Amino acid sequence: MNDLRGYEPVIGLEIHVQLSTRTKMFCACELSFGEEPNTRTCPVCLGHPGTLPTANQQAIRYGIMIGIALGCEIAPRSIFHRKNYFYPDLPKGYQISQYDTPLCSGGELVVPGGPTVRIHRAHLEEDAAKLIHHGESGRIHGAGESIVDFNRGGTPLVEIVTEPDLRSASDAREFLQLLRTTIKQIGVSDVNMEEGSLRCDANVSVRRKGEGLRAKTELKNMNSFRFIERGIEAEIERQIEMWESGSEVSGQTLHFDPGTGTLTSLRSKEEVHDYRYFPEPDLVPVAPGKSMVEEIREQIPELPVARLQRYESEYGVTDDAAQTLVNWVELGMFFEQTMALDGSVDARLMAQWITGELVARLREAGVDDPSSTELTSAALAELVVMVQDKAVSQFAAKEVLAALVNEGGEPRAIVAARDLGAIDDSSGELASIVEQALADNADAVETIKAGKQQAMGAIVGAVMRETKGRADGAEVNRLIRERLGI
Amino acid sequence: MTTGAHDVPAAQLVDGLHNGDFSSTELFAHFRRRIDEQSDLGAFLWTAEEASEVPTDSALAGVPIAIKDIFCAEDVPTTAASKILEGYRPPYTATAVRKLEQAGAVSIGKTNMDEFAMGSSSENSAFHPVRNPWDRERVPGGSSGGSAAAVAGKLAPWAIGTDTGGSIRQPAALCGIVGLKPTYGSISRYGMIAFASSLDQCGPLTRNVSDAALLFKHLVGSDPCDPTSIGHANEVEMPSRTSLEGVRFGIPKEMAGDAEGIEPGVGDVFDAAVGQIEQLGGTIELTELPHAQYGISAYYVIAPAEASSNLARYDGVRFGMRVEGAQGSLLDLYKSTRANGFGEEVKRRIMLGTFALSSGYYDAYYGRAQRVRTKIAEDFRNAFERFDFLLTPTSPSVAFRLGERTADPLAMYMSDYCTVPMSLAGIPAISIPAGVASPPGGGTALPVGLQICGPAFSESKLLDAAHAIEQSIDFDANHRPKGFDE
Repeated sequence: MNDLRGYEPVIGLEIHVQLSTRTKMFCACELSFGEEPNTRTCPVCLGHPGTLPTANQQAIRYGIMIGIALGCEIAPRSIFHRKNYFYPDLPKGYQISQYDTPLCSGGELVVPGGPTVRIHRAHLEEDAAKLIHHGESGRIHGAGESIVDFNRGGTPLVEIVTEPDLRSASDAREFLQLLRTTIKQIGVSDVNMEEGSLRCDANVSVRRKGEGLRAKTELKNMNSFRFIERGIEAEIERQIEMWESGSEVSGQTLHFDPGTGTLTSLRSKEEVHDYRYFPEPDLVPVAPGKSMVEEIREQIPELPVARLQRYESEYGVTDDAAQTLVNWVELGMFFEQTMALDGSVDARLMAQWITGELVARLREAGVDDPSSTELTSAALAELVVMVQDKAVSQFAAKEVLAALVNEGGEPRAIVAARDLGAIDDSSGELASIVEQALADNADAVETIKAGKQQAMGAIVGAVMRETKGRADGAEVNRLIRERLGI
Repeated sequence: MTTGAHDVPAAQLVDGLHNGDFSSTELFAHFRRRIDEQSDLGAFLWTAEEASEVPTDSALAGVPIAIKDIFCAEDVPTTAASKILEGYRPPYTATAVRKLEQAGAVSIGKTNMDEFAMGSSSENSAFHPVRNPWDRERVPGGSSGGSAAAVAGKLAPWAIGTDTGGSIRQPAALCGIVGLKPTYGSISRYGMIAFASSLDQCGPLTRNVSDAALLFKHLVGSDPCDPTSIGHANEVEMPSRTSLEGVRFGIPKEMAGDAEGIEPGVGDVFDAAVGQIEQLGGTIELTELPHAQYGISAYYVIAPAEASSNLARYDGVRFGMRVEGAQGSLLDLYKSTRANGFGEEVKRRIMLGTFALSSGYYDAYYGRAQRVRTKIAEDFRNAFERFDFLLTPTSPSVAFRLGERTADPLAMYMSDYCTVPMSLAGIPAISIPAGVASPPGGGTALPVGLQICGPAFSESKLLDAAHAIEQSIDFDANHRPKGFDE
């Protein structure tokens, strides 16, 4: 967190989302996912003389979906513009984008318990190709040579521009996380920051509260949620330092280096490009009819904020568990699948298992989607019911879950095969093990009797070791207390 | 036998091929011989060595055709008469060329032109100028001067060209042949190297109106690769009309025979043609197009603006010429390649267009030019409420001497005074030979073109009326000097 010294940060974001359409924005090439360089190209996306763009209808639909999900107005008629500049990653010498008549404008995204951010606009455009610079810096300055991979060139993008409504780096991160989840939920993009299908630039300035806006800078290259927060924090700090030391902040574009946490200037305001925007004469206007927009609106699934509210009202799941289920779309879907299977499952217990143990196993396996492991929703539902019915202890259930994720199978079969079933205390077996543990740990018993209840852990531990974790912890505690009369 | 095959219209050659009077290979060889014999015309930049195989039962049965070098054809050298594309062989074929090939036309070669279609004399070819078959010291007009000279010199039965502000009609007029600029959107622009995208349109250059109709019929159609192509609702009809009873013709006084800037000889031929139309039963009335006088000004903002963007792709990175700069930097590569690759006129228009689109000037130039364009289109719509067609001379002058206007770009630009308004309005216009006139100062009589234009998509009617006028004028019998083509 910044020491603001009476300053108020003002932050707006520009977010680029790569759409997961089958083909590129303006040609029939399929999108690339790590193919050999320059294999997903055609005369159109290479900018050969005489070629013409044709707008991808699926991308237009996806753009409209994003607009609707962000509460934007969908323009009945919007046009494409050319943004002209020379760069080797731009084969035509211009990018086809939208300028003064974007597809979507004027929306809002409310982060529950966080900031409300107005959406200025969202528009369609094409991605640039990928430049690979050979040289020490890895950037074009000082590169010995640069090569271009045109596979990415022409990938459909939606650029979302917020109003400058954010007031802290952590708010920016929270907003971006909700935006990511929202777009993921409607299924129009992978929104993966590491892979570049979600990219975010930040416009940052600081001011004294109540003042008008001061000069802003633009931050680029923040390719994780953590870097976004750190980059913005560093820039707020830098700007406050400058104003405080009597200098002036000047408009410039900054590159964030996550390695050193420092910001370096890419270009100053004086070097700003004149993009010479003008209407793209090769394309006709995008004019979605009212019925088309309504039809798309019908297809929008439940959005994260609504889902969060429903998890509370329908399942009583709240707080961190609910938030995790909402933010992690695949996890939320898995949760709902298990709940749909068996109405007797305790929703809160299920949420706890999914967001705790299951998440830990998924992280180990390095996957996002539980469905891509051996685990089935039916198996998880069965396991949680067993926990609920005390047919298996918490401790043993963790082992069963690990087996289900890695090898699959039926919880009851695994419990039986590994002899992990809970000890049936009606037989008195558990009571006698507790008795033995008390006898073996006389010191601990004395300490407990002296009033230090923490010492109970040693006795519980001994019981657990003896039962290989099959005992129910709560029951063991109860038996110890009963026996010691506390 | 193919003797005299170059003296008859293309439609007659189609009949000959269908009847088996000669083979398409013989016909091809005949015209190839003529091209070689008259190579001093400079009409071609590349010629095919062999005729491609075409089924004799196809619509055009293997009649050769000359293609302006602005059309891409797979693996065939395509330069748009620019050094920057020297050696370039496109990886794909233009839709117009493909359609003609599918109809059974055989490409005999690529014709010379003004570089990137920028010019009105074909002297801006980076390779060599084209000479007018009527007088080899004079220009054939431009930019489709090679196509016009090839047809007028009988090196090819017919040809296709492109028209942005008069580039088919003006050379057709100066060479004494027929040239049709169709309604914008009639023919696909895919594979046609772009000069000014919102104006460029492909069209036929032929010996007579019927040939123009026949070629146009096979070119028309919407193309999924060109979103601005819409084709025609009804099939193009072959012209047959001989009377003009009840047809209403208007003459815009701004472009009438005695209007300022129109050579007296041209005015006389125009007035005579008008008399002929009246004899055929057509009614003639003077009218006005109040904004047409601003056509040239608007055109020389809009066309260069679009060109400045369209020609950005010639950067030395992916295809065509590359000139490494002395400093070896990226900027150096761009500058050296473009400085060496483009000719003077192309550079002039890129600079004009870049300026017109620059921030702070956009509204004053590009924005204003677009408003003028709208006004001109309105003028035509108003006129077509009272008239079926409008008549003007095609070119204010007959063919001028090589070098006469190269030092005076404004004089050159005025060559398009009568043709540019129709281009801005997107409407169809045809030039037919109406007679001959001596150039100012005397000398051999040279052809004068009559321009007839009609409302959007009125080509069938326009061709029909042009046919009636053509039959009545009978240019070959009454005006063509004896022994001209030998």
